[in-house]
Amino acid sequence: MRFPMRSLGIVLTSALALTACSSTSDDSTESSGAASCAPSSGPVTLNFTSWIPGIETVVKAWNDKNPDIQVTVQTGPNGNGGTYQNFFNQLKAGNAPDLGQIEYDALPSFRVQDGLTNLADCTEVTAAKDQFVDWTWGQVTFGEENSVYGIPQDAGPMALFYRKDLFEKNGIAIPTTWDEYAAAAEKVKAAGGYITNFSQSDINQFAGLAWQAGGRWFANDGSQWTVNLQDEGTTKVANYWQGLLDKKLVSTVPPWTTEWDNAYNKGNAWTWVSAVWGANSISSGAPDTSGKWAVAPMPQWTAGGTSAGNWGGSSTAVFKGSKHPYEAAKFALWLNTDQEALTLLNKEANLYPATKSGATLPALSEGVEFYGGQKIYDVFATASTQVAADFVWGPTMTSTYATASDGFKAAVSGSGTLADALKTTQTATIDTLKSQSIPVAE
Amino acid sequence: MKGIRESLFSRAGATAVMLLCTLYFLVPIWWLLVGASKSRSQFSSTEPLWFADFHLGDNLSELFAYRDGVFLRWMGNSILYTGGAALLGTILAAMCGYALAKYRFPGREALFNLVLGGVLVPATALALPLFLIFSQLNATNTFWSVFLPSLVNPFGVYLARIYATASVPDELLEAARLDGSGEVRTFFTISAKLMFPALVTIFLFHFVAVWNNFLLPLIMLGNERLFPVTLGLYSWNTQVNQIPELRMLVIVGALISILPLIVAFLFLQRFWRSGLGAGSVK
Repeated sequence: MRFPMRSLGIVLTSALALTACSSTSDDSTESSGAASCAPSSGPVTLNFTSWIPGIETVVKAWNDKNPDIQVTVQTGPNGNGGTYQNFFNQLKAGNAPDLGQIEYDALPSFRVQDGLTNLADCTEVTAAKDQFVDWTWGQVTFGEENSVYGIPQDAGPMALFYRKDLFEKNGIAIPTTWDEYAAAAEKVKAAGGYITNFSQSDINQFAGLAWQAGGRWFANDGSQWTVNLQDEGTTKVANYWQGLLDKKLVSTVPPWTTEWDNAYNKGNAWTWVSAVWGANSISSGAPDTSGKWAVAPMPQWTAGGTSAGNWGGSSTAVFKGSKHPYEAAKFALWLNTDQEALTLLNKEANLYPATKSGATLPALSEGVEFYGGQKIYDVFATASTQVAADFVWGPTMTSTYATASDGFKAAVSGSGTLADALKTTQTATIDTLKSQSIPVAE
Repeated sequence: MKGIRESLFSRAGATAVMLLCTLYFLVPIWWLLVGASKSRSQFSSTEPLWFADFHLGDNLSELFAYRDGVFLRWMGNSILYTGGAALLGTILAAMCGYALAKYRFPGREALFNLVLGGVLVPATALALPLFLIFSQLNATNTFWSVFLPSLVNPFGVYLARIYATASVPDELLEAARLDGSGEVRTFFTISAKLMFPALVTIFLFHFVAVWNNFLLPLIMLGNERLFPVTLGLYSWNTQVNQIPELRMLVIVGALISILPLIVAFLFLQRFWRSGLGAGSVK
């Protein structure tokens, strides 16, 4: 019987495919040292992957004006939702796009994997340094000379969102220091609410709080990493929130759920220390409270201090292997500095620009109805200038976040403390770095 | 007397357990239905398990209009990926299983065991190797990069073999051969018809497997226009923190996206049951 062999062949081929695949996985991309930033001759087409909703509109504005540098954009899930993993896979397979959106806290992991093109040789890029808010530039250069691994795109300077009406009605002063905030928490509790909801899983919010308090989680001296999740600033923040948790002055609803929306919508939670993009989270999650909110600067650790934290923000990076780094950098610069592009990004996706002049966009200079007509973006513009520029992210943030989040959840449910969680995360992070053969100090 | 009372008691107990299970499975769907019918502002502020003002129509038209109706495109893609792959994959599996059951050739058992071994390899483990293979062929981010790998279904081959052994008598094949029917014709006109209930089972299994294979399209596809609906909704859902308006679309979209599965099961469950039973006997 010869006939059935044909269909069996299909099964065989697929079985062979299973065994053959392991050998293809360790192709390395040809490394060429620092990229020379020379213009390509003739028209070029660039691929760009991003998850910003409406990015197509912005890219179209570029394409209309630059017939010789056409950009094709692809969108998908957000970075941690799969796009970063896809970038890594594509880098391995040698078919990464020219440009990609990468959040600040993920940039180091791409650099460690040698996935990014250093744009320091592009004079246009280095010349643009002064256009960006200092700390955002620090995020893409890692504070080093001669390295620019992305163009800052957006920022998440933090401030205090609060229920103006409830604070006024109950005669509670708006806290300007964390001590006042804790005192206000007692009064809010007495009035039947919670001053805020402590998020058990937004570790990057906690990072923003630590950032403000002087915590510096990672450092890289060029030869090895140091991990310090238990420094003075971070420990201070952890103990502070542990105190609020112990006295049950904050609620602990899982964030980004309808339950959480509801806590704000019903007025159970009175404040939220959050980033600029949080303005939209409140207005859409708690529509019944329109007109009752206001924004004040973040509470300070010392009276009269002027320090803010940051939560979120991303960059546009050029991947290793891009054949047109010059054009890619040119597009990335336009995307993140041109007032037209910034206006569109803000309109389509609420991005808060990382440039100094971005704060003067018309849309960011107007009063916002949901916040009682307050010009809330003025507060964030000031906050953005108060974010320290030397905060560095580690190369394995995904696993650091995961460990910390487990620990925070445990602390919230009463087993262990936030400080314990940081201790565990410290050890786990060092182990992860070692397991990936990334040099790290003990 | 005692025996009857006991059986009554245990019957009531069993019914109660099943009722609980039914509730457990249906409440999320009920929640989805209720949630999808609400306006955005009422979604978080009203009772989660009961209706507020009815806004399903508005939500639907918003969903279908969002980003040039990309959602409908995703639904179409999903149906193409799953329907197409399940149909072709079922035919392939049927032919393989049938060949393994009805033809004697050296290495038959070894081959069958190899295929059976394939059942144990989870689809997720294959996604990345497949990506690297398709990268070499410059075929990632295409329709085929998701469609072709979805055709393979070792469990279907197994089922088809068991069922072919049980339901296609050798005598019938002999008779067909004596009457001058070629092997291909015999397979399609006689054997396939005898195996039909099993084929429906394989089709449904395969349909569900491809529908739920989320990782492969996630890794392969970058072009939003090629996404299946599962990946599309997922990518919206990852952006909910940034664009809270998307939450409503994700919920309504999720409701619409389960309709094809419900339809497939309602139409084919008769065959599904008999096919499963048949497969389990021999």
